[in-house]
Amino acid sequence: MKKKWRSSLTVSVLTAISVLFLALSFGQEHLTAQSIAVEAGVLHTGVSEPIENGVVLIEDGVITAVGSASDISIGDQFERLKAAVVTPGFIDAHSTVGLSGIYNVDADQDQLETSSAIQPELRAIDAYNAREELVGYLRDLGITTVHTGHGPGAVISGQTMIVKTGGGDTIQEVLMDSVTALAMTMGSAVRSNFDKPGTRSKAVAMLRQALIDAQDYASKEDKKRDLGKEALQALLEGEITALVTAHTVSDITTALRLQKEFGFPMMLDGASEAYLLIDEIREAGVPVIIHPSMIRTYGDAQSASFTTAGVLAEAGIPVVFQSGYEAYVPKTRVVHFEAAIAVANGLSHDQAIRSLTIDAAKLLGIDDKVGSVEIGKDADLALFDGDPFEYITNTTAVIINGEVVYRAE
Amino acid sequence: MINRRILWMAVVVIVMQLTAGLWMPAGSWLTGGLSEVWAQEKPLAFTGAEIVPVSGDPIADGVLIVQNGKILAVGAAGEVDIPRDAEVRDASGYVIMPGLVDSHSHIGQGDGGDRSSALHPDVRIMDTIRPDSDTFKKAIAGGITTVNVMPGSGHLMSGQTVYLKLRPANTIEDMLLYVDEEQTIYGGLKMANGTNSLRNPPFPGTRGKSAAMVRSLYIKAQEYQKALEAGAEDPSKMPKRDLQMETLVEVLEGKRIVHNHTHRHDDILTSIRLAEEFGYRMVLHHVSEAAYVAEEIAESGFPASIIVIDSPGGKHEAVNLKFEMGPALEKAGALVGYHTDDGITDSRLFLRSAAFGVRAGMSRKTAIEAVTIANAKMMDLGDRVGTLEPGKDADFILLNGDPLSTYTHVTETWIEGNKVFDRNNEEQLPFATGGPDVFRGTGYGHHDHDHGRAQ
Repeated sequence: MKKKWRSSLTVSVLTAISVLFLALSFGQEHLTAQSIAVEAGVLHTGVSEPIENGVVLIEDGVITAVGSASDISIGDQFERLKAAVVTPGFIDAHSTVGLSGIYNVDADQDQLETSSAIQPELRAIDAYNAREELVGYLRDLGITTVHTGHGPGAVISGQTMIVKTGGGDTIQEVLMDSVTALAMTMGSAVRSNFDKPGTRSKAVAMLRQALIDAQDYASKEDKKRDLGKEALQALLEGEITALVTAHTVSDITTALRLQKEFGFPMMLDGASEAYLLIDEIREAGVPVIIHPSMIRTYGDAQSASFTTAGVLAEAGIPVVFQSGYEAYVPKTRVVHFEAAIAVANGLSHDQAIRSLTIDAAKLLGIDDKVGSVEIGKDADLALFDGDPFEYITNTTAVIINGEVVYRAE
Repeated sequence: MINRRILWMAVVVIVMQLTAGLWMPAGSWLTGGLSEVWAQEKPLAFTGAEIVPVSGDPIADGVLIVQNGKILAVGAAGEVDIPRDAEVRDASGYVIMPGLVDSHSHIGQGDGGDRSSALHPDVRIMDTIRPDSDTFKKAIAGGITTVNVMPGSGHLMSGQTVYLKLRPANTIEDMLLYVDEEQTIYGGLKMANGTNSLRNPPFPGTRGKSAAMVRSLYIKAQEYQKALEAGAEDPSKMPKRDLQMETLVEVLEGKRIVHNHTHRHDDILTSIRLAEEFGYRMVLHHVSEAAYVAEEIAESGFPASIIVIDSPGGKHEAVNLKFEMGPALEKAGALVGYHTDDGITDSRLFLRSAAFGVRAGMSRKTAIEAVTIANAKMMDLGDRVGTLEPGKDADFILLNGDPLSTYTHVTETWIEGNKVFDRNNEEQLPFATGGPDVFRGTGYGHHDHDHGRAQ
């Protein structure tokens, strides 16, 4: 593992040197000028029926052609990559990787600040380790975009952001969206991390008061800057979203109640018992980032079911997948492993692919760049030697911004 | 692992049971109390299914006949005589394989390790298990029929493990699987090294101290063993009964297998070193860095019961845990099994672990053995469960497709000739999928989650 780390470091240094050289000599804008033709036995675009014998052309980091092999001629300048199945790079709609690290020691766990239960001012960009091994682990499995940041466990634990899992070694290089959501939690997890609140109802009272204070702050002309209130103001003005982790019926209904009271945009996260509140969730127009299918069935999530993603999708509720936050092992889950269990338990294969790609991109507001194989979009692709949901399938290559960032030996 | 004596015994037992089955009244030789009552007397024959006997190649159009809780016959259609009085069940389209055997689990809601000391060879997990626990239903929904339930973790010796057959039962006694002829041994001894048991005194603070504490206790047990021998000659020399020492003497005599939690490659080697010093039998568990010392493991002859975790890390000594560990052990020639470590991984998805082995390069044959017969051997139960062979317990599962496919479900689980799970039964389906209050009070207190941060 260490060896791999060094070699990737060497590669990055070499890349940096060659990039610098290219920039000096040609002054070109697109520096990853690699032309790749991806030939797929089955090509999932995320926005159409799967294409058999599909081809994707990649130039200057973006997709320049998509279609059937019979319709696209591949010029000599293209490096050819073949795979049984090709999909858009998968999107993990909610994770903490990069803030939480592989070793699970104080030095690499920054997803939860326990000094106070409400801290909307904590920025994810200030704590993200782009070189975290778990990020590379997810990337090499085909996950190219991650919505990550502060985790569950506080009333408001902080901000989240969106990054790519490759194409750079610093937060600046991989950042797609610096502030996406405020991570909130309703449920029993909060009181185990804080003395105050000690109950669910106190947590809600504290949250409502903070939002009311932010309304007051927003209405004032002359004011001292307050980072926390600024973040809440952004939420109230709809610039960012509330990512509310809630599992039980009472916690989900409380989340919906608050959303109605303050009118902020909201994503429901976890939602183990969502199958008991289909009408309410649909009526609220709230999307669901469903709990990992393999979440452990205890505590607030004891009633979790493998079938929930399928049930919600069937009811017309937008549902996407997450790796979630894990306190122990596995330190991160893998979104398409989770989606696979949902497909085995009622979710359609096509919907699962869309949930992992274009639907997640739309939900996160990044569908202009990623989430589908379409002309003009970032060339982020995952290549597999079979159905990506089969346990025995391996990822054979991963492309981010037109660059091959992983290739199976 | 399996010595000649046990192998020979297995042959005798199988032959005896085969002949017994012909004339003895139903269930008279069954050890399980409840199963005597409900094992069917008429033979039951499954036809048309693909049968994966594990003891041999898959049979495309196979026949499985069971009676009185035992397997009567297995073979290809046309090659097996179906008794005239047999009830015949058409299982076309299904795959039938042995009930799964899990060599390391924490189902049953038993107590975790006791913090008063790092060494508890006297502690029995069987005294704290709930036979009616939902976790057992979860396991049979995943096709698991035999399981090694372990105490702990977080101790050098957290206690005695228990080998269970997941029969519906009111008492733990009705679930026990005995492994010796005197019917006194029905489990192993859980040990651990590495960071698992490091903390403040009376626990060890370092790896060196851990090994010294374990060795000191085994030396004491050797002395106790000698005193017992002397006592056998001269009753006045018989030592006082000591539960800790008695258990360790069983270990020293090879009657009780040590199940040793170990992750880092050097901890694996230390486990082997200690087992060889005292001559006890051992199964290595987790073995996260197995690939680094696969040759040494194979050479030692100690089997490895390993785990599949979806990502490496979560603790320092598991950062190199990869799907490739299973294939590496196979390649080196070690006996390898997978385990759930439930609640670490989910009993309902046990076959997934075998499939992930195949994903990383393991042969399908070894992968299937790794969730059946390999684990049975690691508990001295290879003569009773783990394959579909005449004379063995009629523990088997029906699947609606390739056992290693994501899309395949266990549709039925049978234990000793009785159906204990049926996916088509609406009341039982939720044990496979989850749902409102299906799993209650099934938190897993066995693992020391101080290693991780609270959520």
